[in-house]
Amino acid sequence: MSVRLNQGRGQQWAMTVVVAALIVLLSILPMLRLIQEIFAPGGTLSTAAISAGLTNATTWVATGNTLVVGFFGTALAVVLGTSVALLVTLTDVRGRSAFVLCYVMPLMIAPQVTALAWLQLFGPASPLLKLLGIAPPLGSRNPLYSPEGIILLLGVQYGPLVFLLVRAGLRKLPRELVEAARASGAGWFTVLRTIVLPLMTPSIVAAAALAFVSCVGNFGIPAFLGIPANYLVLPTLIYQRLAGGGPAVLGDAAFLSVLIGLIAMAGILAQEMMSRRRDYRISSTSLPAEPYELGKWRVPVQVMMWCLIVLILFLPLLGLVLSSLVPGYGIPLNAATATLDNYRFVLFEYGAARRAFLNSFALSLSAAAFAVLVAIPIAYLVAWSGKKWVKYLNLAVELPYALPGVVLAIASLLMFLKPIPFTGVQLYNTIWIILYAYLARFLVLALRPTIAGYHQIDRALEEAARVAGASLFTRMRTIIFPLVAPAALAGGLLIFMTALSELTVSALLWSSGSETIGVLMFSFEQGGDSNYASAISAITVAITFVLMLLANLLAAHLPSGVLPWRD
Amino acid sequence: MAGLTINGVTKTFGDFDAVKDVSIEVKDGEFLAVLGPSGCGKTTLLRLVAGFENVTSGDIRIGNEIVSTAQGCVPPEKRRVGIVFQNYALWPHMTVAENIGYSLKVAKVDAETRKRRVDDAMALVDLKGFGDRRPANLSGGQRQRVALARCLVAAPSLVLFDEPLANLDVHLRASMEDEFAAFHKRTGTTIVYITHDQAEAMALADRIAVMDNGRLAQLAAPRELYREPANEMVASFISEGMVIPAQVLSPAESGHLKVSVLGQEVVVRCRDGEKPRHEAKVCCRAPDISAAAPGEPGIDGTIRRAVHKGGVARIEFAPDADPTVTLHFEQPDPSPFEAGAKARVRIASGWLIPGGASA
Ligand SMILES: Nc1ncnc2c1ncn2[C@@H]1O[C@H](COP(=O)(O)OP(=O)(O)OP(=O)(O)O)[C@@H](O)[C@H]1O
Ligand SMILES: [Mg+2]
Repeated sequence: MSVRLNQGRGQQWAMTVVVAALIVLLSILPMLRLIQEIFAPGGTLSTAAISAGLTNATTWVATGNTLVVGFFGTALAVVLGTSVALLVTLTDVRGRSAFVLCYVMPLMIAPQVTALAWLQLFGPASPLLKLLGIAPPLGSRNPLYSPEGIILLLGVQYGPLVFLLVRAGLRKLPRELVEAARASGAGWFTVLRTIVLPLMTPSIVAAAALAFVSCVGNFGIPAFLGIPANYLVLPTLIYQRLAGGGPAVLGDAAFLSVLIGLIAMAGILAQEMMSRRRDYRISSTSLPAEPYELGKWRVPVQVMMWCLIVLILFLPLLGLVLSSLVPGYGIPLNAATATLDNYRFVLFEYGAARRAFLNSFALSLSAAAFAVLVAIPIAYLVAWSGKKWVKYLNLAVELPYALPGVVLAIASLLMFLKPIPFTGVQLYNTIWIILYAYLARFLVLALRPTIAGYHQIDRALEEAARVAGASLFTRMRTIIFPLVAPAALAGGLLIFMTALSELTVSALLWSSGSETIGVLMFSFEQGGDSNYASAISAITVAITFVLMLLANLLAAHLPSGVLPWRD
Repeated sequence: MAGLTINGVTKTFGDFDAVKDVSIEVKDGEFLAVLGPSGCGKTTLLRLVAGFENVTSGDIRIGNEIVSTAQGCVPPEKRRVGIVFQNYALWPHMTVAENIGYSLKVAKVDAETRKRRVDDAMALVDLKGFGDRRPANLSGGQRQRVALARCLVAAPSLVLFDEPLANLDVHLRASMEDEFAAFHKRTGTTIVYITHDQAEAMALADRIAVMDNGRLAQLAAPRELYREPANEMVASFISEGMVIPAQVLSPAESGHLKVSVLGQEVVVRCRDGEKPRHEAKVCCRAPDISAAAPGEPGIDGTIRRAVHKGGVARIEFAPDADPTVTLHFEQPDPSPFEAGAKARVRIASGWLIPGGASA
């Protein structure tokens, strides 16, 4: 028998092993560590942690609050997102891509920035209300410091998420189904009620489940709006416990984060089930339905839609920018008082701020670069290896992002509280633990578009390189990387944008010297320095805008749907 | 150059046999076409030879080396085969010259030699001066030629084609066919050429392997395939052959024997050693059938359809003796036949399909 049989498998093996090891390290180990802490704190089986958590009254109050804001926030997001998706997809409204860009924008902005912007808009110190002369008296309570406020902002933040999923579903709706109903004499509302909505139910339910997971896991909005009102949800309760008690209460925090993990899991499973229930008879490739002509209603509908944009995007951003120009709390804004001092302070004068900017840039850049590099081989296995177990690998990468950020943060704390065995390297209380959590959490943001990129490439391109004699690594470098790079880079940009003003994970993992932009914003706001917080937020929003423009340059080379704001 | 031996190869996906017990020996320098209906396993066979899939059982040898067995296989990058893909598979991010020179670069051939060999390859396929273009800026025929040049620059021992002309229009096909034939003549490379176009296979190949449902139905030279199909499938697949029930009346004598077909006695060609039997099948081709002159022995029946095709008419005829059979033949204009009319035709000759497969 020839000795060359099975030669050249080495590289494939090496790649598979490295990928598997990375995924174990980034996804599976932290989850296992968290579960261990619940059932066997300190290494011996015990139910003490569970019973302690279950008997604590604050646990139940926070759980109740989480479910309340989760359900109502989801309901609002579904109503907003679905109506907008129906209007944009099924009718002949004009200016669609500009509208989609604006409507999806809140998704690109960090939740705590949204929260801050709205607070600046409605508070007694609101420069805008003051300009209009309708500000409530100083010292009165901001109406957003309430469960209703949290629900409103969750709805605004995650409406776009529902919109994107429902719109994707609507686009697959074959025109024949709508046309057949219209030919049978059904008016537009009847078609909507009896054909479109029933067929879209799986899409809408799946979107609702995803929005629910996002709502219950959100930290920024309830942190900015709920903590001042002493209205705690599970993520903010975990934060408060940990901020007050340090590592000693990690056991408590672990219990709470598993609790919220379970609530989120219910949502994730519901979403999985619904995506599987999608009616495949309607995912044909026929053309989308002719847009419904609104006629004389078109102008009013358009005006209403843009009013929505003004309300949920422009006004809050305006509030943010205005309050970043105010010299101090409560001072009215006019030509004489407007100042750039807040910007100067956070950019050049305050040492911790400069450090935070550097840290966040370094963290986001490393996380993005790492994810791009790793996503290409992982996606290769997921998209092309055709092995069954790869599906689970993909699922494992999804998990740290699908679960609320606090879950991963607590898991990371547990993993690295003690020095890493055998090496003595200490990650706890350094910036590296944040980097670890970012890598684990955001990897999937680069992986998804990269997998989509692979699906667009004809596999024969790789096979042609194979018969030309190129080994796996050579093919990766010369053929595959150049072809999937745009998709992977777009994923990297998404990671950079998300990580730059990230708060949930870093709020629990930061230490002096490893502050992030998100943490800095949060501490300014908690210390009453809303003007500084606004200045930082305005800067991050501007950076996000620039990055979105940059990403648009790649758009021509990307699978559709990679850039959510592109219609 | 090297021959190719496929020995009892089976490939199973799940519990479905895409290729079943196929044995083919391709001689050094031979041009073999693999022909068969869609889904019969042609592409799978080619991917087995290239090494993209591994055999479930059996083995494959290129030259003197075993490259695939159920225990393991030499990966494609080590086989020195060339492939021309149906959709060309040109790398869009490389120029034409980079595409062609890729395998040399991978093999670390020095830049100067590389350039010379790429130039030679481009000259060979008539693409001089296109080196700096991107594949996106080429016509279909030009892309096909780049694909050809890319595969021949490495001087592979074996070249595989998977329906290389399926995406081209009729005129281009004809000229590319000539080009492939010239290429084979010039280089003497062993070629395995997959197609579902019979005319293409007949025109190009030394021998043709007809596949059916994963099995090798017949492996023979084009003329033999046409004149002496080994079984009913090949008989009906090649050139729309008609398979007609018959009775053998006499034993074979110097390659011929007497049969009774639809009530007419005909002398047909056959294999040696055939003996009288019932339920035999005869394969006839359109030229074997013509209108019977008055008084001649023949078959009575009804004209089912008459389709005029410029200069000739294609007549479909249902014999009274067995209306489930349809005979078709061509009648030069002006054709006396109309659909629905009674008529009488005669079979001049045919081929007795060997027993076993049909009995
Ligand atoms: N990876 C695979 N997994 C499962 N079944 C496969 C796979 N590849 C091919 N098949 C099946 O094997 C059979 C043969 O496929 P193959 O592609 O070889 O056909 P083909 O003769 O090339 O057809 P065509 O002329 O349409 O290209 C088909 O039924 C196909 O569905
Ligand atoms: Mg095929």
